[in-house]
Amino acid sequence: MNDPNTTSGSVAEGRPIRVLIAKPGLDGHDRGAKVVARALRDAGMEVVYTGIRQTPEMIAEAALQEDVQVVGLSILSGAHLGLFPRIVEELTQRKIDDVLLFAGGIIPAEDVSQVEALGFKGVFGPGTDTRDVIEFVRENAPRRV
Amino acid sequence: MLAGDRRALARAITHVEADTMIGREILRQVYPRTGRAQTIGITGSAGTGKSTLVGAVAREERVRGRTVGIVAVDPSSPFSHGAILGDRIRMQELTSDPGVFLRSMASRGNLGGLSETATGVVDLMDVFGHDVVLIETVGAGQDEVEVATTAQTTVLVTNPAAGDEVQSMKAGLMEIAQIMVVNKADLAGADTAVAQLRALLAIANHDAWKPPVLSTVARANEGVAELVDSIDDHQEHTRSDTHGAQERERHVRGQIVALVRAGLHREVFEVDKVNSLLDELVLEVAARNQDPRSAAGELLEALPKLWATPEEM
Repeated sequence: MNDPNTTSGSVAEGRPIRVLIAKPGLDGHDRGAKVVARALRDAGMEVVYTGIRQTPEMIAEAALQEDVQVVGLSILSGAHLGLFPRIVEELTQRKIDDVLLFAGGIIPAEDVSQVEALGFKGVFGPGTDTRDVIEFVRENAPRRV
Repeated sequence: MLAGDRRALARAITHVEADTMIGREILRQVYPRTGRAQTIGITGSAGTGKSTLVGAVAREERVRGRTVGIVAVDPSSPFSHGAILGDRIRMQELTSDPGVFLRSMASRGNLGGLSETATGVVDLMDVFGHDVVLIETVGAGQDEVEVATTAQTTVLVTNPAAGDEVQSMKAGLMEIAQIMVVNKADLAGADTAVAQLRALLAIANHDAWKPPVLSTVARANEGVAELVDSIDDHQEHTRSDTHGAQERERHVRGQIVALVRAGLHREVFEVDKVNSLLDELVLEVAARNQDPRSAAGELLEALPKLWATPEEM
């Protein structure tokens, strides 16, 4: 929508990408997830941040109701191999098969291929530049409408 | 979606929110089926505890056996056009309740207010079969009044500490809210705030419905049942034989006017020729060759001609 208050008009490119950022499992520490959420917001995306202690069922249900294009999971506890398959299962049960999945946090290198095999297109470790996450989401997010 | 498929509802909402052709067609077709749900707007300044209150109201409605749709609106950044949609995190346990559907929306260009398409989303929640649809908005500036055109019952939430704010509260808002709530009533000054609001409302001109002033402590679930009772009372009022038709017409007129206004804004400011003329006028007024009033008048007068000539694609 053109804003007449600027001469150039600040128009959002297409419709904002909707993203869900969640922390499954028992992590108590969510600073990293919040940093990513804010970075995505500053890049023009609409971010539903559901916070810590999310069960797989809660994450999938939120993804369904919010009809997000992207789901980003942040996990530090090492429980990713246990939790990620269950989350994918809950998404599949709800017939959600077209979201871009990515993960962040502490995921050892030797586990990355397993995580990717589950359907995660991106795995971002500690020290990731948020610009890389933004770029990744912009390039890979499916179009909804 | 009409068969109760939640994913279909979510997809339909995406279309309506984005104002796609499919979205408009869906609304056109389902609108005759609207009117069953109670639609309730909950608005107030940031920090008044609205999300907590909305969650508490939703839980109380569930206790009463009703299904609940929630539209939670957060402001989009005027710079990046992005948003953090942070209401779901405050209503965690509702995510797992199959009788609740929560959709977070960004205001998308309407600073602090509702997006144009929010009324359509409420209609979808209604038609899907929810007994109650709650719309939560931040409310900044004059935009609180927008929620009144979207909901049948508008609840305005304030806090005890906002004594002076109550005095200077924007007149339009006080008149539009059908129910006032002083939340965080466990804080000092709650009784005074309630009394002040009651006094103000006694002076204000209201038609048949006298807005009550309630106090709640949403965090502790106090006063919530009474609030839901009050909402039910107003809902009955809007559907009554004596006032129903008038209320309905008032409500619908507000919706149409709001949508026309938004459309007019687009018809003017999203047209390249108009923006070009505007840019020229800006330079003239900045150099003090022309005053703003006549510049605006000039633009308005030029509109029919600008609209008549086809746009270069």
